[in-house]
Amino acid sequence: MEAGKLVEWLVQPGDKVKRGDVVAVVETQKGAIEIEIFEEGVVNRLDAELGEELPIGAPLAIILAEGEDAPEEVKPTPVADPVPDVEDAPVAPKPAPQRAVLPPSDVHAVSPAARVRAHELGVDLSSIRGSGPGGVVVLSDVEGAQPAKESVQKPSPASSPMQEMRNAIAAAMARSKRTIPHVYLTHTIDIQSLIEWLSARNDGRNPAERLLLGAVFVKAAALAATKTGELNGHYLDDGYRPSDAVNPGVAVALRGGGLVAPALMNAPSLTLDETMAGMRDLVTRARAGRLKGSEMTQGTFTVSALGESGPELMTGIIFPPQVALVCLGAPQVRPWVVDGAVVPGTVITISVSADHRVADGRQIARFITAFETFVQTPEDL
Amino acid sequence: MTKTDFRTVYLEELTRVAPDIDPADVGDDDHIQDDLELDSMDVLNLVAALFERLGVNIPESEYEEIATPGLAVAYLARKVGAGD
Repeated sequence: MEAGKLVEWLVQPGDKVKRGDVVAVVETQKGAIEIEIFEEGVVNRLDAELGEELPIGAPLAIILAEGEDAPEEVKPTPVADPVPDVEDAPVAPKPAPQRAVLPPSDVHAVSPAARVRAHELGVDLSSIRGSGPGGVVVLSDVEGAQPAKESVQKPSPASSPMQEMRNAIAAAMARSKRTIPHVYLTHTIDIQSLIEWLSARNDGRNPAERLLLGAVFVKAAALAATKTGELNGHYLDDGYRPSDAVNPGVAVALRGGGLVAPALMNAPSLTLDETMAGMRDLVTRARAGRLKGSEMTQGTFTVSALGESGPELMTGIIFPPQVALVCLGAPQVRPWVVDGAVVPGTVITISVSADHRVADGRQIARFITAFETFVQTPEDL
Repeated sequence: MTKTDFRTVYLEELTRVAPDIDPADVGDDDHIQDDLELDSMDVLNLVAALFERLGVNIPESEYEEIATPGLAVAYLARKVGAGD
């Protein structure tokens, strides 16, 4: 995600706002997202205009804290830190007047002006080496890259929102495979007792109260991630930053070839029913194109489940700047050894793709073992 | 309710769960997962919507009975008729 188009303001100057309020809607390559505010205050003025195409990090509005004076003149200072900050607000630090900004999602440090120019020229930013402080890509780097434009494969003009999303997926996945040394571990897990537990639990319940296998997997993966710091966080320009919060991204396939993975915030603290409700809400809003900016940027690893029938194994590509992707194949009935005898058993195969710069086989194995324990004792989840 | 009514209700709830599906394009033998690409969450939402709308509580073991419009119409007519 490099830019977005402002399509709706949900606040006006004079409105009071608090952390978590949705203040605007922006259309991006990943669909429409809601922009949240991370500070308390009063909207002083709106700087961005409806229909305006804005680079990541562009100021949208000025929010004043209580007792704070309106700035006399606001310089169009770019927000300095273009990396996702998983804990804090994507706004300029105090004591400056708070700015609502487009949430950054790209770890590639690029100045706003360079982003705009790159967009105009059709230059792939990930192919440019930055010459600015700390390797930031600046305007001259982009313009310097221009002669190569003819030979560089220019992304075809987007014909539809779905094509835009495909382009975004292509860019993220190509960058992941180019920059992240993936390491994979897989393991087949007996879930016969989980299937029976789930079936008994759902039996006789109204449909709205039933649990899906996927909710158990997401909760178990979130708990396992709390035990394995090397898989939960972000790999940024200055190296790996583990995250205290555990926000699993839940991969949702969209008809026509789209894919989004909005984050389920603080999943370890949710009960199974709350996990299910949260996933239902994410899927519904993903289909309607109404995900929040924070959900698109604050995932700390991703879970992709293939559903209740179909192939048994997928090894996936990590969604940068995350460092792990957990894939769960569809359950299969296989000959299984229980107490020395071969019996039919329902099994799933889990695969974990991890960033080998951060994690080794040992840590990934620990995650998988924890996951196995959790799904085999669902009553404790 | 006639079979046409059941088909209408089913397609209305199906397209509410999956707003990008055009009901005019859905054939009687189209499988909601294999052909229309609903995932397990969508199927559960459809089952929940049909329960709200018709009072038919479809157990998990019978989800396959509503997997196509053709199957669903016959199943729903049978269940509603049976006072289930």
